[in-house]
Amino acid sequence: MSLQAETAAPFELVCPAGTPAALRAAVDAGAHAIYCGFNNETNARNFPGLNFSEAEMAKGVDYAHRHGAKVLVAINTFARAGSVEIWQRAVDAAAEAGADALIAADLAVLEHAARHQPGTRLHLSVQAAANTPEAIRFYTETFGVKRVVLPRVLSVEEIARLNREIAVETEVFVFGGLCVMTEGRCALSSHATGKSPNLTGVCSPPDHVAYEENADGTLLARLGGFTIDRFAAGEPAGYPTLCKGQFSAMGKTGYLFEDPVSLNAAALLPALRDAGVTALKIEGRQRGKAYVSSVVRAFRRAVDALARGEPETDLAGELAALAEGGRQTTGAYRKTWR
Amino acid sequence: MTRHRDCGELPPVVALLTKPLPRRPLELILTRLVRQFVERRPELIERLGPTAQVPIAVVPTDLPHAFIVNLDGPRSRIDVVASDQATSAAARIEGPLLILLGLFDGSYDGDAAFFSRDIAIEGATQHVLALRNTLEEADLTPAEFAGLSGNLAEIVNRRTAEALGLARRLLGAPAADIRATPEHGR
Repeated sequence: MSLQAETAAPFELVCPAGTPAALRAAVDAGAHAIYCGFNNETNARNFPGLNFSEAEMAKGVDYAHRHGAKVLVAINTFARAGSVEIWQRAVDAAAEAGADALIAADLAVLEHAARHQPGTRLHLSVQAAANTPEAIRFYTETFGVKRVVLPRVLSVEEIARLNREIAVETEVFVFGGLCVMTEGRCALSSHATGKSPNLTGVCSPPDHVAYEENADGTLLARLGGFTIDRFAAGEPAGYPTLCKGQFSAMGKTGYLFEDPVSLNAAALLPALRDAGVTALKIEGRQRGKAYVSSVVRAFRRAVDALARGEPETDLAGELAALAEGGRQTTGAYRKTWR
Repeated sequence: MTRHRDCGELPPVVALLTKPLPRRPLELILTRLVRQFVERRPELIERLGPTAQVPIAVVPTDLPHAFIVNLDGPRSRIDVVASDQATSAAARIEGPLLILLGLFDGSYDGDAAFFSRDIAIEGATQHVLALRNTLEEADLTPAEFAGLSGNLAEIVNRRTAEALGLARRLLGAPAADIRATPEHGR
């Protein structure tokens, strides 16, 4: 049975939580489902002070269920040879906590979940970068995956085409950090710091990040000793990620892959519904309760308005202050840059 | 370090009036309160991890005083120093007092405050992040920090929220996005 079918809304709204407090904030703001992870390397948001112990996960699931919301546990890094037990334990602990689904990408993790926790729904993480019918069919036929989180590089038309060829639910990002790489295979952070979101769960690990503000107010952002961006006095800043850093090439310096900007696809909700999308995902497990509460409330309003047949919602003004670099984009969904 | 926006800055007269205040009594009171708080919430020190042994400077840009925070269990302490002497810390977070208070109680999102340059961080970024995330989980209210409970706690929290809301409106700080609600049981 689809999770979405139980919500009586055109979409299931899947919202981030990096702490139990953020989980409660998301539930209270109207999330249909909350995704979160354990406080170890099984989780692609493995940042200091963030995430859930096993006991906190069980309490979080209980809080969500008492308020009619689901909890999806992200065990979405790639298991390290020789240490697979950590990932296996995470799968078992999530199932014991009563999680409604596991979000995984690694074959070994999916295999363990399918074999040992057959009663727990499996979602394919965006980290698996599955964006073809053939790849998606492999995961559904092999592991019984029920939903695929699509990479943030597809246009709405491509999503519609894909949905016509597959028999599982799809979930797409609609707000927050915009990863423009082939997720799960990006090596930029590894190149600069030796750590990556794919294995250790951290993109731009904070112990490799340094900020320096000059006397004139210019802010320099460094990652692993590389200066990756420079912001003039008063200019909005962004995350210290290489994909949004500035590069010099062929005599020009500028943003090569993507500007410091956040995804906001609120205006595309009708098109995403028509494209057959089941669930909308808000990025930001590293963000605070204030972000979670504001963004979830805004998108829940938009989803409910769509259910009532009201015209498309533009949340750009309302959410601008929460966006990276103070700017928002519809990203690849409207692929005007192609 | 320079500030680039006057978002929520206290009027200069506040710095002028608070400059002569003796720091030692404030230091003793804050240290006592923070030790009682971490004793009540030991799980927060666990969440803080190695950062518990690291001094972090919290520097309100609109006050002449800075706070060096150590959250090392029963040895926790807060040292109050002159702003320009907050150099012994491993990491430093600075911004207007109202913005910093909003980060402590979760009313403001730390990343958004960084994007907008309302706050600045320097030094060991991982410790600032760990502290921020731990405070997010703390659902810190003025009454809880002061060790109050019952009706008195509700009154203190409500009055403080009203006063902060008024100050934010008068001084042009962003509106608070969220307040901890009673149903947020742990």
